[in-house]
Amino acid sequence: MFSEEKLNKVKEIIARYPAGKQKSALIPVLHLAQEEFGGWLSAETMDYVASLLQIKPIEVYEVATFYSMFNLKPVGKYVFEVCQTGPCMLLGSDNIIDYIKKKLDIGVGETTKDGLFTLKTVECLGACGYAPMMQLGKHYREHLTPEKVDAIIEECRVKAN
Amino acid sequence: MGRKLLFDKAHIEGIRYYDVYRANGGYGSAEKALKSMTPDQVLDEVKKSGLRGRGGAGFPTGMKWSFIAKPEGVPRYLVCNADESEPGTFKDRYLMEFIPHLLIEGLLISSYTLGCNSCYIYIRGEYAWIPDILEQAIAEAKKNGWLGKNIQGTGFDLEIYVQRGAGAYICGEETALIESLEGKRGNPRIKPPFPAVKGLWDCPTVVNNVETLAAVVPILRIGGDEYSKYGLGKSTGTKLISACGNINKPGVYEIEMNISVEEFIYSDEYCGGIANGKRLKACIPGGSSVPILPANLLLKTAKGEQRMMTYESLADGGFATGTMLGSGGFIVLDEDQCIVKNTLTFARFYHHESCGQCSPCREGTGWMKRVLQNIENGKGKMSDIDLLWDIQRKIEGNTICPLGDAAAWPVAAAIRHFRDEFEWHVLHPDEATKRNYGLAHYADPLEIAAPAAV
Repeated sequence: MFSEEKLNKVKEIIARYPAGKQKSALIPVLHLAQEEFGGWLSAETMDYVASLLQIKPIEVYEVATFYSMFNLKPVGKYVFEVCQTGPCMLLGSDNIIDYIKKKLDIGVGETTKDGLFTLKTVECLGACGYAPMMQLGKHYREHLTPEKVDAIIEECRVKAN
Repeated sequence: MGRKLLFDKAHIEGIRYYDVYRANGGYGSAEKALKSMTPDQVLDEVKKSGLRGRGGAGFPTGMKWSFIAKPEGVPRYLVCNADESEPGTFKDRYLMEFIPHLLIEGLLISSYTLGCNSCYIYIRGEYAWIPDILEQAIAEAKKNGWLGKNIQGTGFDLEIYVQRGAGAYICGEETALIESLEGKRGNPRIKPPFPAVKGLWDCPTVVNNVETLAAVVPILRIGGDEYSKYGLGKSTGTKLISACGNINKPGVYEIEMNISVEEFIYSDEYCGGIANGKRLKACIPGGSSVPILPANLLLKTAKGEQRMMTYESLADGGFATGTMLGSGGFIVLDEDQCIVKNTLTFARFYHHESCGQCSPCREGTGWMKRVLQNIENGKGKMSDIDLLWDIQRKIEGNTICPLGDAAAWPVAAAIRHFRDEFEWHVLHPDEATKRNYGLAHYADPLEIAAPAAV
């Protein structure tokens, strides 16, 4: 269940659209729900969002499964989403992905045993001039090198403690 | 230095904020439009400017605007396409991050012209920090009477809302974007009806790219006639180019559309030449979907004329020997890069991003990816190259939206211009998995690739 504050945010989002068009709030509210409920969308979470927007659960499922930013299974506390499309590949994103795999001892799509890190490969995030790069939470980490990856991992570990 | 119209004040400290933007002439164009011009007069200026859609298609903006239906009592909507997702393209991100008020002012003028009282900025979900910047700019504009009710006492009302997507390239296609804004999967609609007649919530809607809407501001400032004197021929004005790949100075550049491709790549004002002293092998000048060109055809057309950074010159020769300006996502490959690998990443991208509605795209993109994976991994057959050609031909033109074409073109162009590299992968599987096909093999077509002056 959302807090009072988040429920107000949901109301504010719904107010952006004409009366009766509250379904338009679905993607913004799913973002909110994913942030709020552990970084992923469980069936219960999706049903809850459906009830908030007065739409059928299937309308939520079909959207949640379409968009790549919605996680449908649990993820680590920190998700490394490393871009692997052309411009990043030209500047060595494959090496960065390999380095992270070795360093964290996980494969793509996997989470470390301590539940801290998940590695995902993603397609172009629009940071081609600052490649190689990854998304970490709300922000981009650009011009990645093995040293920078080390520093980011350390930074996350410190924050988690 | 080339003339600038969008980024002329980008270097001013604090230009992201209202006070600084306003003190440097900001909202002057909006003031002029709302207080001294009718919507039709503004539309005339935009038509005279020759402005063409900056998202990739290059359709004349004034003409697009003139198609909007105006049934009595039905709201009209302006939607700003900030879903920037074409690999190689990151120009709108820069504009929104650093000069958000330029976009807000452009939206205000455009909404006034189209008669819209609600406007939505649909921004790709991954640009998660930018909505905060835009919402702050919107709040500042509202506080200063440029948004809300009765703007500057003119009686015109406008609200602007920011909506985040959630990771889907397809939502850059305008009807998919509208579906997504309605809270659905991003499946493109069959056209007609076009959004200008039946768009968001079945109301008349115009969808324009960020850069297009921002360009309306300088058009009003200097006038449509003056704007049309920038650039060459039908490529009027300036264009934002996001340059990336193996160059010395990647980044976002505003160019006047009258410079050569060679100048753009090699001059210190722009890309600053190929990185690490290497040679230019190939370039994709307009985002991943436009045809890749080898260095010789990139710098000069098949007729031997200098290739310019304009819609027409880049397209000279059609797809046989030309390409497209597209979204301005300029991807440069140096001599060490592997065309097969590069093509594979794009095939994988389009497979990942296909919405799955049309079978030629849904199945064809995955098929191309798998065949390319085999060739790249030394498991390809000679017949695979012809198979790839055959698949891409069967996707192109056979889908509801242009994603199918966008997936087919990079594969077609790579085979058209670099077939020997594909063959080398098939014939030398052991070598192909260890190293890339060197530039030495391209000695002939690259003869003219050396720049005159570096």
